Amino acid sequence: MSKSVQSLYTYTFLLPAGVIYALFFLAPTFLSFFYSLTIWTLSDWHFTGLDNFAIFLSEPSLVIGFRNTLVYATVSASLKVVLGFLLAAFLTSELKSRGFLRSLIYFPNIISTIAVGIMFSSFLHPSKGIVNVLLALIGVDGPDWLGNPDIALLSVALVDVWKGVGIAMVIFIAGIQAIDRQYYEAARIDGASSFDALRHITLPLSRSSMNTVIMLAFIGGLRSFDLIWVMTKGGPGFTTDLVASIIYKQFQGGFYGIATAGNVILFLIVSAFAIPLYRVITKKEVDL
Amino acid sequence: MNTIRMKRLMIEVIAVTLALALFGVPFYFVVVNSGKDAAAAARMTLSFPETTQYLDNFRQVITASNSMLIRAFFNSTVISAATIIVLIVIGSSAGFVLGRRKGKTVNIISFLILAGLMVPPAIVPTIWLLRTLGLYKSLLGLILVESAIMFPFTLLLYRGYVTTIPRELDEASLIDGTGPVKMFSLIIFPLLKPVSVTVTIINAITIFNDFVNPLYFLPGAKNATVQLTLYNFMSTFSTKWNLLYADVLIISIPPLIFFILFNSKIVSGMVAGAVKG
Repeated sequence: MSKSVQSLYTYTFLLPAGVIYALFFLAPTFLSFFYSLTIWTLSDWHFTGLDNFAIFLSEPSLVIGFRNTLVYATVSASLKVVLGFLLAAFLTSELKSRGFLRSLIYFPNIISTIAVGIMFSSFLHPSKGIVNVLLALIGVDGPDWLGNPDIALLSVALVDVWKGVGIAMVIFIAGIQAIDRQYYEAARIDGASSFDALRHITLPLSRSSMNTVIMLAFIGGLRSFDLIWVMTKGGPGFTTDLVASIIYKQFQGGFYGIATAGNVILFLIVSAFAIPLYRVITKKEVDL
Repeated sequence: MNTIRMKRLMIEVIAVTLALALFGVPFYFVVVNSGKDAAAAARMTLSFPETTQYLDNFRQVITASNSMLIRAFFNSTVISAATIIVLIVIGSSAGFVLGRRKGKTVNIISFLILAGLMVPPAIVPTIWLLRTLGLYKSLLGLILVESAIMFPFTLLLYRGYVTTIPRELDEASLIDGTGPVKMFSLIIFPLLKPVSVTVTIINAITIFNDFVNPLYFLPGAKNATVQLTLYNFMSTFSTKWNLLYADVLIISIPPLIFFILFNSKIVSGMVAGAVKG
């Protein structure tokens, strides 16, 4: 019986998806490994071995992209995890306005990154932007958020957190809602404070949503391009260039081989984090 | 008891005020400033416009560069709608088989698809491929690339839902002698409707808001999408913040309508896709 039912699940059903995904995603990915080793004009190529990668690792304006990408991903992902968790814990408690607050915080997710970048470019204007005008009211001389090379990258990372914390929050909310209420009842009877409950019940039992958020936010951060591109174009100088924005600049310059090498490097960085992170995450879940 | 309630109320008032300041004010700012004249908008204040000129600003934004924005809205709508249709067809059929079958082949296929959730698309080789196929700078080319990129997320939603549909249905149709294609299209596909709705809403917003893929795969003035026009307007309108804000406002309206209508569906779909990934 079951053997013949299997005949209904024919692999033919995979064909349309397979053709599109293999042709327009997998094939370019495999090709990128080859073309990253060439000088490439799209119509012609010339094999140069690892030269493109050597350029990426020696040219200071390209090397800075690695550091910036790691800083950007780490800062934005860790803030999304911490703030998303705290917001979720707060917005699963009994509040009249929690539906409204959840929607309000989630809302920036559905606004385009370009729109958000334009909005915050004006809020962070050094003299007229709301942020510095407000800081001036309390006597603080606000910095040039996007023009100061020391903080520009962090400013954009914070805007990224503003836009993306809502998605972290709703994943945590789903996780917290799945926790059995009896734990909290028992804790309350034992005289635990709400902070104790947060620390010893909510936090450990949210581990699987925590893992999801970490993966999603960190890998999203590594691949970031559009927000940086709208707000700083990698500047001042190269101080906010990410690997993804360097790929675009090399592409614009017609250096297709180098751009593709950048793509392969980003592929390797993402895999280098995704695979062990995935292992650690699945292992911890078993331990629990 | 009363003091506890007072304390709760206080916390709630503070929370709402803070949230409005952080998440409400930015949108309020765009709304008031898109109705000002250029000089007033350049002051970047939160005040109400003294002389409102919303209609005039909107008209200027819409007619700029030979009414580029209208063309862009048309292109973005075509791209989003066509990609969603492709995704529903390939996602539901693939999700059905991968949700039902088990074994090594399925695991390998699933791994290749899940990798697509994390790995960045290889850009220049994709452009080379599109050029070779004569699809570079065409709407069809971008539709196919968007379909491939959004496929893993879509598949996860379908595959997850397929496992909740009882297998007895398949067995019954086998006894009736229904073939696989007929069985899938007449029995399974209609049952997948909730996922198809989620897939439509989430992909509509994502593709409409997409900037990077049109930037790479659809360059050229006649191919503009809404996000590309907004990006180009940044240099065209560099001194006219009022028009830039008006553009932001116009472009945010379609996703806003979706959000108002389908708020819970968007949130649950995003969570389901993320958690299963």
